Amino acid sequence: MLNRDEDILQAAETWQSQGHGVALATVVETWGSAPRPAGSSLVINDDGTFLGSVSGGCVEGAVVTEALDVISSGQSKMLEFGVADETAWNVGLSCGGTIRVFVEKVG
Amino acid sequence: MKLETLKQLNAERAARRPVIVVTDTANGEQRLVKANDIAADPLRAELSKQLRMGKSGNVEAAGRKLFLNVYAPTAKLVIIGAVHISQALAPLARSLDYDVTVVDPRTAFASPERFPDVPLVAEWPDVALPPLNVDHYTAFVAVTHDPKIDDPALLHAFDRDCFYIGALGSRKTHAKRGERLRALGAKDSDIARIHAPIGLDIGAVSPSEIAVSIMAEITAQLRLPPKEKEEAA
Repeated sequence: MLNRDEDILQAAETWQSQGHGVALATVVETWGSAPRPAGSSLVINDDGTFLGSVSGGCVEGAVVTEALDVISSGQSKMLEFGVADETAWNVGLSCGGTIRVFVEKVG
Repeated sequence: MKLETLKQLNAERAARRPVIVVTDTANGEQRLVKANDIAADPLRAELSKQLRMGKSGNVEAAGRKLFLNVYAPTAKLVIIGAVHISQALAPLARSLDYDVTVVDPRTAFASPERFPDVPLVAEWPDVALPPLNVDHYTAFVAVTHDPKIDDPALLHAFDRDCFYIGALGSRKTHAKRGERLRALGAKDSDIARIHAPIGLDIGAVSPSEIAVSIMAEITAQLRLPPKEKEEAA
């Protein structure tokens, strides 16, 4: 594994202590052949720097954008990504699964 | 996630103690449950099941949808004896995501040529084992057939409460081992924890097949609930 969860969560703590706004995005549910299992996570800071993955690359861009909103609003959000619509090749999972991602602010 | 929760989570993970974060995904409410506190928790049945499987997932409780995020330490496998079985066991265990270390003071056995890419410690158990931080999330296998090496290693495994302890040898060999370990101060309850003869009884013959039977037994010990575990043993 490239980024073990401990590194990701440690980065969240380090960024927070350096005064960054930080959000944590976690896969909470998957249907079909989702690329990462429930519990996989991604941390994002207010520079847009991120570490970890929730889908192996398919939807990280959209999650980062939503996470920046969550950092500024402080309100957690549930995101859902699937392949069942015309946006499949835009923001979706090419493998055919569906995932729900919970995005929350740290701190 | 509150900073305090994140700090606790990182501290527990650094100490290789399992922990579960329970999140109400409707409102973001969150709490952290340490492994030692599961028995007293209202969600103990769900928490212990998810932890045993090492899997995060959703449960419904009192009309609330909760996400249980399980953080279990990576399991380790310590193999005492750089023997033929270990050459098959080490790569098999790594493919199952175990952190594997092989210990054998006999340098002719513990050679990198025989164990490419596997961490090897060519020292006696009293020197080799303390730095390995053997803990509950460790499977411990003694396969040298040499009491001078296996016996002190097994005492260390008892002391560290490994979730699986196995030792190579027939029932007769194991009975003698029990006598020796008792003489060294081991309790009957400790000796009873040793899986011997080692591995599930699948009629294994070759070193690779014995390795499969050992990993199958370790997997059962890690994943099955206590009652079914007894039936498999």
